[in-house]
Amino acid sequence: MAVDPRVLFHEPRVLRFGVTERRLHTVHAAAFGLLLATGFMLYLPFVAQIVSDRPLMKAIHLATAALWLTALLLVVVLGDRAALRGTRREIERLDADDLLFLRRRTRAAGRFNGGQKAHAIVQGGLGVLLTVSGALLWLGERDTALRLPGTIALHDAATLLLAALVAGHVWMVTSRPASLEGIWRGTVPASYAAEHHEKWRPASAAEPATAAGRPAGVGASRIVLAALVTAAGLAAAALLVADVVG
Amino acid sequence: MSPEPSDDSSPLGRRAFLGFVRVGLSSLAWGGAAMDLVAQSTRLVPESLRAVLPFGKGWRIYAVNPPHPTFDPATWRLRIEGLVERPQTLTYAQLRALPRARQTSDFVCVTGWSVDDVRWEGVRFDDLLAAVRPLPRARALRFVSAEEPYEDSLTLAQAREPDALLAYAMDGGPLERKHGAPARVVMPRMYGYKGVKWVSKIVVTDRVEDGYWQQRGYDRDAWIGGSNGR
Repeated sequence: MAVDPRVLFHEPRVLRFGVTERRLHTVHAAAFGLLLATGFMLYLPFVAQIVSDRPLMKAIHLATAALWLTALLLVVVLGDRAALRGTRREIERLDADDLLFLRRRTRAAGRFNGGQKAHAIVQGGLGVLLTVSGALLWLGERDTALRLPGTIALHDAATLLLAALVAGHVWMVTSRPASLEGIWRGTVPASYAAEHHEKWRPASAAEPATAAGRPAGVGASRIVLAALVTAAGLAAAALLVADVVG
Repeated sequence: MSPEPSDDSSPLGRRAFLGFVRVGLSSLAWGGAAMDLVAQSTRLVPESLRAVLPFGKGWRIYAVNPPHPTFDPATWRLRIEGLVERPQTLTYAQLRALPRARQTSDFVCVTGWSVDDVRWEGVRFDDLLAAVRPLPRARALRFVSAEEPYEDSLTLAQAREPDALLAYAMDGGPLERKHGAPARVVMPRMYGYKGVKWVSKIVVTDRVEDGYWQQRGYDRDAWIGGSNGR
């Protein structure tokens, strides 16, 4: 992998991702990594035959799913919700340039280009579909009436698509080290922003505007809510593990 | 931050997201049929590639308590007990000396893969039980695996189906370790989880008890195409 010289030299930085956005990404990255690893150990025949401790893999898989949803809630409860809403608004709005990007790779992109928006939209949909079909798989083990004809097919197909997208996502980032800095530290070189995201008018990294993880006043009610969410999520994960292993 | 208009009430991206989720959820109804079609097409895939496919044709070996039990012909015993006149302990040689049955049948796993035309050799359950003589109130057989805590049961009527047997050979050779050496239950018209591998004990009972997978939600009568929501 060629290291982009701009990552090495001291060039002015602009802020691409706030702390809340980066936390959200970390939650997904860790959860998807574990879920895909344990899922494939259960699912792919040539691996399943080697890693034969299926109950353990299943316990990790289910606990990870529960903790993933818990962590998502925590990011929303404790994080900068206005920033998240802003991000969602950006991603939802595919403009004419984005649609062109998807077809012909023009470069007139905002903070996210058309490909990044489409990727986020599909990954979000897959997250919903995998959660629903995964819950149905679990429920179907308890009551065969809840075993729908397409549950397995949906979980399988969504997994394969998600794995392909994650692989592509990781491959893209290795080919552009500056984007790795973006998700790691939140900043990208100003020239990188100008080259790949022309329409974006970023804030300088020197300004602390949205860099704060939580807005100044995280009230007591939010802390209590976060504690409740954490307790519920840990309890759910523990119950799932006990149910599978015990 | 973004120069795009922000008062659009139903932006394209949101509609795409909702449409994608809607189509995905609808597959809960049609996905099974689609998957069966794809599974059929894996007959065209070379044998070496099939091992990476989670559905279709070819053996996948599952275990609940690895490693697989080992088999020593000198020390292995099959215990048959419960509601019988004469409980019995068979050696491997004694098992092989019983009347031999041969059949070719398909093996179907509830998770979606199958193997066509497996050649089995073994003992029909009537021949196996002849010497122990089940009591009149006997109704079922509980098969206990050396791979604890795996077990499963068949009713006596199911075990007496003409294609059910306790197999000790497969595709022309002794049963391999991964397939349940030295003896496994074969019940071709039910999903594979009913076919207990590494059978070490058979208990004759007056009722069917829930086996390993029944305790985890799978159907007791695992007829292929008529159970487990398929």
